[in-house]
Amino acid sequence: MRRETKVRQRVRIHKCMRFLRNRTIAAGIAERLLGPMRRLCKACGIFSRGGGANAGDRPSLWGWIFSCRWTAVVLLALGFAASFAIPRFNLVNPYYQLILMYVCINIILAISLNLVNGYMGEFSVGHAGFMAVGAYVSAILTVKVLPAGLGQVMFPLAVAAGGAVAALVGLVVAIPSFKTRGDYLAIVTLAFNMIVKSLFENIDAVGGPRGLLGISKLTTLPWVFVWTILSVWIIRNFVYSRFGRGVLSIREDEIASDMMSVNTRHVKMLAFVVSSFFAGVAGALYAHLMQFINPRMFDILKSTDILVMVYLGGIGSIAGSILGASIYTVLLEALRPLGIWRMVFMPLVLVLVMIFRPRGIMGFREFRLFMRREDYEDRPLPAPPIASQDGGEAPT
Amino acid sequence: MTMLQIERLTHRFGGLCAVQDFNLNLAAGELVGIIGPNGAGKTTVFNLITGIYRPASGSIRFKGKELAGKTSNAIASKGIARTFQNIRLFKDLSVLDNVRIAHYAQTRYSALEALLHAGRYRAEERRVRESAMLLLKTFRLEKHTHEYARNLPYGLQRRLEMARALAIRPALMLLDEPAAGMNPREIKELMDYIMWIRGQFELTILLIEHRMRLVMGICERIKVLDFGATIAEGRPDEVRNNPLVLEAYLGNEAER
Amino acid sequence: MTYFFQQALNVIQLGSIYALIALGYTMVYGILTMINFAHGDLFMVGAFVCFMAAAWLGLPFVPALMLSMFAIALLGVVIERLAYKPLRQAPRVSAIITALGVGLFLENFTLALSPYPKQIPPLMANQVWHFGGVAVSSLQLLIIALSLALMFMLDFIVRRTMLGMAMRAISCDRATAPLMGVPVDRVISITFAIGAGLGGAAGTLYALAYPVIDPYMGVMVGWKAFISAVVGGIGSIRGAMIGGFILGAVEIMTAALLPSTYRDLISFALLLVLLIFRPYGILGKPHTQKV
Repeated sequence: MRRETKVRQRVRIHKCMRFLRNRTIAAGIAERLLGPMRRLCKACGIFSRGGGANAGDRPSLWGWIFSCRWTAVVLLALGFAASFAIPRFNLVNPYYQLILMYVCINIILAISLNLVNGYMGEFSVGHAGFMAVGAYVSAILTVKVLPAGLGQVMFPLAVAAGGAVAALVGLVVAIPSFKTRGDYLAIVTLAFNMIVKSLFENIDAVGGPRGLLGISKLTTLPWVFVWTILSVWIIRNFVYSRFGRGVLSIREDEIASDMMSVNTRHVKMLAFVVSSFFAGVAGALYAHLMQFINPRMFDILKSTDILVMVYLGGIGSIAGSILGASIYTVLLEALRPLGIWRMVFMPLVLVLVMIFRPRGIMGFREFRLFMRREDYEDRPLPAPPIASQDGGEAPT
Repeated sequence: MTMLQIERLTHRFGGLCAVQDFNLNLAAGELVGIIGPNGAGKTTVFNLITGIYRPASGSIRFKGKELAGKTSNAIASKGIARTFQNIRLFKDLSVLDNVRIAHYAQTRYSALEALLHAGRYRAEERRVRESAMLLLKTFRLEKHTHEYARNLPYGLQRRLEMARALAIRPALMLLDEPAAGMNPREIKELMDYIMWIRGQFELTILLIEHRMRLVMGICERIKVLDFGATIAEGRPDEVRNNPLVLEAYLGNEAER
Repeated sequence: MTYFFQQALNVIQLGSIYALIALGYTMVYGILTMINFAHGDLFMVGAFVCFMAAAWLGLPFVPALMLSMFAIALLGVVIERLAYKPLRQAPRVSAIITALGVGLFLENFTLALSPYPKQIPPLMANQVWHFGGVAVSSLQLLIIALSLALMFMLDFIVRRTMLGMAMRAISCDRATAPLMGVPVDRVISITFAIGAGLGGAAGTLYALAYPVIDPYMGVMVGWKAFISAVVGGIGSIRGAMIGGFILGAVEIMTAALLPSTYRDLISFALLLVLLIFRPYGILGKPHTQKV
């Protein structure tokens, strides 16, 4: 009896080993597990490939709900109401509220980084630097510049100012991206991150290495919600505009993109500005949530965190960034009982996701909610206008 | 009207003279071919016209305006489009997006309008989409609108590249070996295509090709390059019998 | 003058450690065009292995160094096989992010096992000689001599042996190399082993020079070594050595002239300026795209 279990155990271990050795088998099993889920999603019409649609999708109730113009509006209204109601009536415990705010801030960070790293295909590793700029600028405004009474009222302005200064800095970082790409640009952003950190460490007026203390807690759930929605909306608009397509074409082939009349410098600059603006906004919100900031909060490890969220969720996808930021933040909190071991566990999850889905969970896919209607829905085209071009079809 | 006027264009890679004293006058509506053995500097001429390289000396004028020193995208938005020897589509984007991207310079809305979905944004986007769909339709690619460019068969990729180039509304089209990798039947089709788009889109065309059949069949004028220098120029039948050209292609009598 | 020589000695010591780590980055980059962000953490694990060898096993210096190099080389190969190999065909960033994940894993795993910084017991008697006012310790000489020896060995391997030729072939064209009979997988593994082994050696030497080690020590040193690899021209072995020494010089110099808090600020700013003037590094070749 005992022997038998031992044999069985051995067989099981053997199977496990084979499973690990043969990645294709593992992938197959993962496929088998994920397959039904994916089919379900497909049936519901939730997924779509980025920039295209599967013509064969049958319309369904869920599909209708998810593609309905009003869904987003209703969801927004509900969310906004909830963001007011939750802290007002203490609907969920404050700890969860805090996590919710972290999730939102991380969503802003991940989405804005995704613009440069996912859509444009650059590798910026200094996102926390922009965050630091936003955090410091806004905190200086509310703590030192604005009178105490006005802090409440001027908070959105302070946040926007943090974003704006970060955007200006982003403009400067964009300049090297005209000439160099890839690893060299990665170095520029990395060095930028470290320079910003040590710059703040050396300015005594903002507390030097000790940091800036006594920031009032102005970040509330409604504000976080509004800024998150704003960032998602604006970045989505950007991505589906000519500039967004320009960004994508730079990722694919910069020279060809130039030949096709895309002003690559302009587009790169815009992408960096928008991205760093929202990083600054996230930093400002973060500063007024934590109530103190120091340079070490924005070092390269923070940048790595944001990178992990982006690549976990999936590059080139808004839904991916939202998913990545949420999963990462919530999982880290949920695993708190594990202590330090959760920090061992998370990188393993990242590595496994990368091996099985190299572009992240949602890489280059999108929820229809975030797509432009006409991009997934093939409307019958209007009759072609009679122009000089319209001279019938080409010979075959 | 002169479409393109190139004078004494010279370019060097290190010590190698890739293009030397290249002169070319293209009248509007002309179809001119550049031929020459491998490494003769044909593609370099294209790269100089489209601003990828800065010429060492010489001038390139397009509709009377100097192009040297302008960025590639500025040159493209003035109305010079090109295709590439080795197809350079945006492979991981949809066929539609490939064509839409080329509408960049003609789309009239600012970054702020794009970010806020306001003003001219919607109308312009609709126009771009319609114009792109029209192009796809004329090139019989509408069935593949939402496919990734990567997944198209080779012939369709070539066609898409042409549609994409036409989307910038060029007056001058540069075709870099459009027949590369095609069989004789496809080349015949391609010749019809080139003639057709020339009439349809009122283009001036400059093309590089190896296949004598294509060049001799459709070009009105031919320039022959060898080692960066122009060795012959004229109507197809003139060039065909030029001893210098024969020598460049086949080697001279003694070597044979 | 003596001050200058003293500082020059420090530059060579710090620079050679940076150079050793930078070599690991540059080798992996050269062969796979992948930035192995876990390399800084391999260096850290190397220091910890040295600690274990010294404090628990009571090994003297040479066996401790050997053990550390061997263990880290093995770790490097294991990581390559488990985490990077499945991603050979994947987009480049996926591999880089995986490396980042592996690095975080190593850091936090070490942190979980050893939450407090550790002090390495002295591995050897340290002697100090004075040459006209310049103090030279035997430790410094050892570090410099060993790292220079390792670098020359590597340079020899890459330039003069069949293995080196195979490496260069793969870095030129990974698709064609196997058709010419190069065992690609094995060569890549060996490359990882050598790079990681050098990282382990650097860890040990670093631990000798600065005996307090902690799990996050690899982050900063790793990034800096990476920067020196890029400054030298990533993918170029000699470039990595030069870059390491340049970074060491810049750091020591700014620390000598300015308050130490400015060290990072100035050194990174200088490196940025250098990259603006030589965007592909000192010995790097600009990779031109054919149109």
